[in-house]
Amino acid sequence: MEVPALLYKTPLYQNHIAQNARMVNFCGWQMPVQYDGIIAEYLACRKKAAVFDICHMGEFLLTGDLETSGLNRVMTCTLDNMKIKTCRYGLMLNEQGGVIDDLIVFRLSEKEYWLVVNAANIDKDFAHLKKYLSLEADIKDKSTQTGKIDLQGPVSREVLEIIIPGIEKLKYYQFDLFDIEGESCIVSRTGYTGELGYEIFLPSEKTKKMWEKLLENDNVKSAGLGARDVLRIEMGYSLYGHEINDEISPIESGLEKFVDFSKEFVGKEALRVQTGKTPRRKIIYLVSDTRRAPRQGQKVFTQENKEIGYITSGTFSPEFQKGIGIALVSCAGIEESDKMLFGDSKKYFAATKYQKPFYKKGSYKI
Amino acid sequence: MGNEEEYLYTKEHEWVCLDDNIAIIGIAEYAQNALGDITYIELPQGGDEVEQFGPLASLESVKAASDIFSPLSGKVIEVNGELESKPELMNKFCYEKGWVAKIEPSDLNEKGNLMTFEEYEKFLEGLDT
Repeated sequence: MEVPALLYKTPLYQNHIAQNARMVNFCGWQMPVQYDGIIAEYLACRKKAAVFDICHMGEFLLTGDLETSGLNRVMTCTLDNMKIKTCRYGLMLNEQGGVIDDLIVFRLSEKEYWLVVNAANIDKDFAHLKKYLSLEADIKDKSTQTGKIDLQGPVSREVLEIIIPGIEKLKYYQFDLFDIEGESCIVSRTGYTGELGYEIFLPSEKTKKMWEKLLENDNVKSAGLGARDVLRIEMGYSLYGHEINDEISPIESGLEKFVDFSKEFVGKEALRVQTGKTPRRKIIYLVSDTRRAPRQGQKVFTQENKEIGYITSGTFSPEFQKGIGIALVSCAGIEESDKMLFGDSKKYFAATKYQKPFYKKGSYKI
Repeated sequence: MGNEEEYLYTKEHEWVCLDDNIAIIGIAEYAQNALGDITYIELPQGGDEVEQFGPLASLESVKAASDIFSPLSGKVIEVNGELESKPELMNKFCYEKGWVAKIEPSDLNEKGNLMTFEEYEKFLEGLDT
């Protein structure tokens, strides 16, 4: 007998139902994939502002010294020069150099860190941290009591400063604590869309009211996971389970700038073997010659029909009015030409290699 | 064209409008809504022979790909080329400007395998429960 998957609901579930959202199972969560339509929601984010329910993501609070807690050794990125109230993107690796997860570290104080991890990896990450952190580190999983709303888009600052005064001072990858109905909440200037935007962390029970307040503004539209995926692919951002996973190294994923080889970290030995050499395979970005979009799992071929890899993510790009995609291919296979084919055994479609990001007008640093 | 209550329907949510022994084919409201924003269509070519419930065209929305099946057997005599640059017409006007292809049916007895509008509405009610 098939056991139905346990589906979690976010504190905004009823709002999504009331808004007639199309709900899907995403990593065990019932999440909105779209409300009115993916392209309309995409445009809201690129032109004005969109609000996303991101309550499914995980948050850990770690208390301890950077070195003696073991945090510095678990993360690939440089952390020792991190200022308080700033965020940093980095990776946790396994001993083989594969990626356990990509995450953002927030430095709350000298000895307090807030880690924001992928929903699908919460348990795996927590176990990995437990394994590699020292007994001195105190780590708590705050995921269930923490709600998260992302407000993204070029007008998001004007929208949010009315509701949370003071957020306008935040620079890219900075955060601060703000009073939201008597609770001290983290608001960071971060995001996953390429647009100016904020991530708001608040107690679960306050999430609904914030969501509704944001949507009272005519410039704000709710957007689902469908639009979020198009936005992030256009920026060439990696998504765990697609461009990165336990078996793809950060060198292959093109994430070496988030790996600090001047320090020790779990997985370094395995990566060292790969550095200095041309990696065996790598992540590349491609634009379809037509509106036909590459799809995850399709194969990639040279023009001579030699199979060289597979598509990790793909979508129709409203910006290009063409299909765009990300692929993991063998380096030898892609050296000679920027032209390639994607498809399955029956049909192939032409595409051309591209330098990320696909979308170059993002407002995220304004 | 234009009065979907007089069209015939398939279980895959295609419609066919018979007019002077020419069958105009498109996708129904249910299908365009389920697909979401349609971003691409691969149309058949004039002269292609199609079979009833066999593949006629393929579609992509932002998130997914799917096929359109022909409600009747016959020969393709015209396609809606405008859809190649404006596939969203299938979302906005699925029963008119968003038509996909015209075929010359080879066997009108096949109509018996299709649903009338009333039958199709009942069929849709069954899907929702």
